Amino acid sequence: MEAPLMHLALVGTPNSGKTSLFNALTGSRQKVANYPGVTVERKEGSFVTPLGRQLSVVDLPGTYSLRGRSPDEEITRDVVLGRAAGEPLPDLVLCVADSTNLRLTVRLVLELKRTGRPLMLVLNMFDIATRRGVTVDVAQLSERLDIPVVTSIAVRKGGTSELLRRTDELAAQAPIPMQQNLWQPLTVAELRATQREADRIIAATISLPAKPNTWTARIDAVVLHPLAGLAILALILFVMFQAVFAWAQPLMELLSSAFASLGLLVHDTLPTGLLQNFLQNGVISGVGSVIVFLPQIVIVFLFILLLEDFGYMARAAFLMDRIMGGAGLHGRAFIPLLSSFACAIPGIMATRVIDNRRDRLTTILIAPLMTCSARIPVYTLIISAFIPARQIWGWVDLRGLVMFGLYAAGIASALGVSFVIKFFMLRDYAPAPFMLELPDYKMPRARSIAIGVYTRAKMFLQRAGTTIFSMMVLIWFLASFPLPPAGAQDPAINYSLAAMIGKTLQPLLAPLGFNWQIAVALIPGMAAREVAVAALGTVYAIEGGKEAADQIGQVLATKWSLATALSLLAWYIFAPQCASTLAVIRRETGSWKWMAITFAYMFALAYAASFATYNIARSFGAG
Amino acid sequence: MSSTKQTDARITMPLGLAKRGYSGVVHHLAAADANSALSAIELESRLIELGFVEGAKVEVLHEGIVGRDPIAVRIENVTIAVRRREAMAIIVA
Repeated sequence: MEAPLMHLALVGTPNSGKTSLFNALTGSRQKVANYPGVTVERKEGSFVTPLGRQLSVVDLPGTYSLRGRSPDEEITRDVVLGRAAGEPLPDLVLCVADSTNLRLTVRLVLELKRTGRPLMLVLNMFDIATRRGVTVDVAQLSERLDIPVVTSIAVRKGGTSELLRRTDELAAQAPIPMQQNLWQPLTVAELRATQREADRIIAATISLPAKPNTWTARIDAVVLHPLAGLAILALILFVMFQAVFAWAQPLMELLSSAFASLGLLVHDTLPTGLLQNFLQNGVISGVGSVIVFLPQIVIVFLFILLLEDFGYMARAAFLMDRIMGGAGLHGRAFIPLLSSFACAIPGIMATRVIDNRRDRLTTILIAPLMTCSARIPVYTLIISAFIPARQIWGWVDLRGLVMFGLYAAGIASALGVSFVIKFFMLRDYAPAPFMLELPDYKMPRARSIAIGVYTRAKMFLQRAGTTIFSMMVLIWFLASFPLPPAGAQDPAINYSLAAMIGKTLQPLLAPLGFNWQIAVALIPGMAAREVAVAALGTVYAIEGGKEAADQIGQVLATKWSLATALSLLAWYIFAPQCASTLAVIRRETGSWKWMAITFAYMFALAYAASFATYNIARSFGAG
Repeated sequence: MSSTKQTDARITMPLGLAKRGYSGVVHHLAAADANSALSAIELESRLIELGFVEGAKVEVLHEGIVGRDPIAVRIENVTIAVRRREAMAIIVA
């Protein structure tokens, strides 16, 4: 009989290198999902030990204790204690520690020991600790803690071999002897006692270098400098947005022309008819126009992951805390809001690091105003169709500058909305504490970053393959049926269901300068914002024949006025119609009310902004 | 970590009032005195979890831009960012 699958759980403080160890163990064999009922990200992977044992491992949210003061930390506690619904009781808990910084982890280990679960301490980043002059008496530490202790270098090939060997040894004695769970929430006195005991153990087993990490101190002297620090933060964001626009361009053109040739191939191979039309205009041009944006999404996540692994994200929160506090936001909101630039959904989910309900609610309400990557397709399409590509001041790309302006408008309106919420809705409000570890800087490792980017890209493509694909089929259907009557003079789409819906909505959107094609495109945009581009592609491709599918931008430039284009850009700063974001808000706040409020206020802002933009642009003669 | 007993002669003050460059040791926690949104027990628990226990060495490394807030505090070999409001609960000497 095959040995039963063994379940491992990774526990550790934030910044302990838990995720890089998880990546090292599982490689790309990872599944990212949610815990049932809550939207805490559940990362599970599997691997095989040198002795051929099959293991599954979950990466639990980082925590300093098992008290469970946020939904994330509750998950960690419940999984370790075997209380989480549908989660197996872990056969072995791996407590991951940053070897340069063991003080808080040793206290956590002492607390974890009370749960009675088989426990092993993993001294990760052991190479960095050694280089910095930290010496750990591993045998003595293991004896004092009375648990196995191994060292690991997650980022190096073979760096986890000792961990794997010990896991095999422990598994061989399976079931690993376990004790009764004696854990109860610790009182203040017990917490203090465990920290003191941890300090005693550390004093006996670890010697620290006389000087702290000088590199971190040197970098922080500049990065946390009141003025230089803010300038650097602004520069990083600016470079990020220029990169998203400029670096991705060649790859996007490549993808775009690949899909166009694929469409042509289908067009030439298949006989003229519904199937040919469906494959070329519905599937290939629809899904293709979304997949084209993969390079930009990869770049956004690349930046976010690099900054996070380097240790900069916590510094950004430190710099922004009071500035965001002025708008009623918590410094910790910075990371969820920054993630919202990739997508509001992980951003809203990341608000769980904010434990004060009001701070969290404010952050959730404004997260959709951060320009998510799904808006990039819309922005890119309109900008490249209507804004000339030229350099201003010699080095700034005008299109990149417009893009930056759109992002800035999103941020400004988010701060404004937050201020209004603070002022009108949550008045009796004491600011929640901001307490955050500023980890030592670490060189980001290519492999870990690559796995992170890969996982995100896969999620995006899966979305493109499922939600977006089915919406594309629907929009193609709406745009193709009913078929035009025999001998019809107008393009076929003018007789379709899509035209009827679009023309019904058009009077409502006419003051914004939107034609019925835009109205049609906004409907499937509810599934995902980027679908609007695909829908425009479908609508215009069907209307204009195959040439139009290749160059949707050029088509738009001839069909829309500049005022309409600018108005649609303004609409998309707010873009209230993303159904998945609204669904996540519903789930995270546990109330339909906040979802409805989010939709209503974003719709109102979008309408007002578009109305103003359209009319101002027309008064300048752009109509 | 080394000396947990302070001589009473040393003047104590809340860390929330310390300037950049200040260094000392944690004398005791007075969570009830800080005007925090957290309850005294919760604030004290969190401070301990971040390593603020009696006798630990602290140094104020950086100050924020607006109102010199928050502050980055080196506590033993960990750096923690904390707002001055909560740092008022940490009495240093």
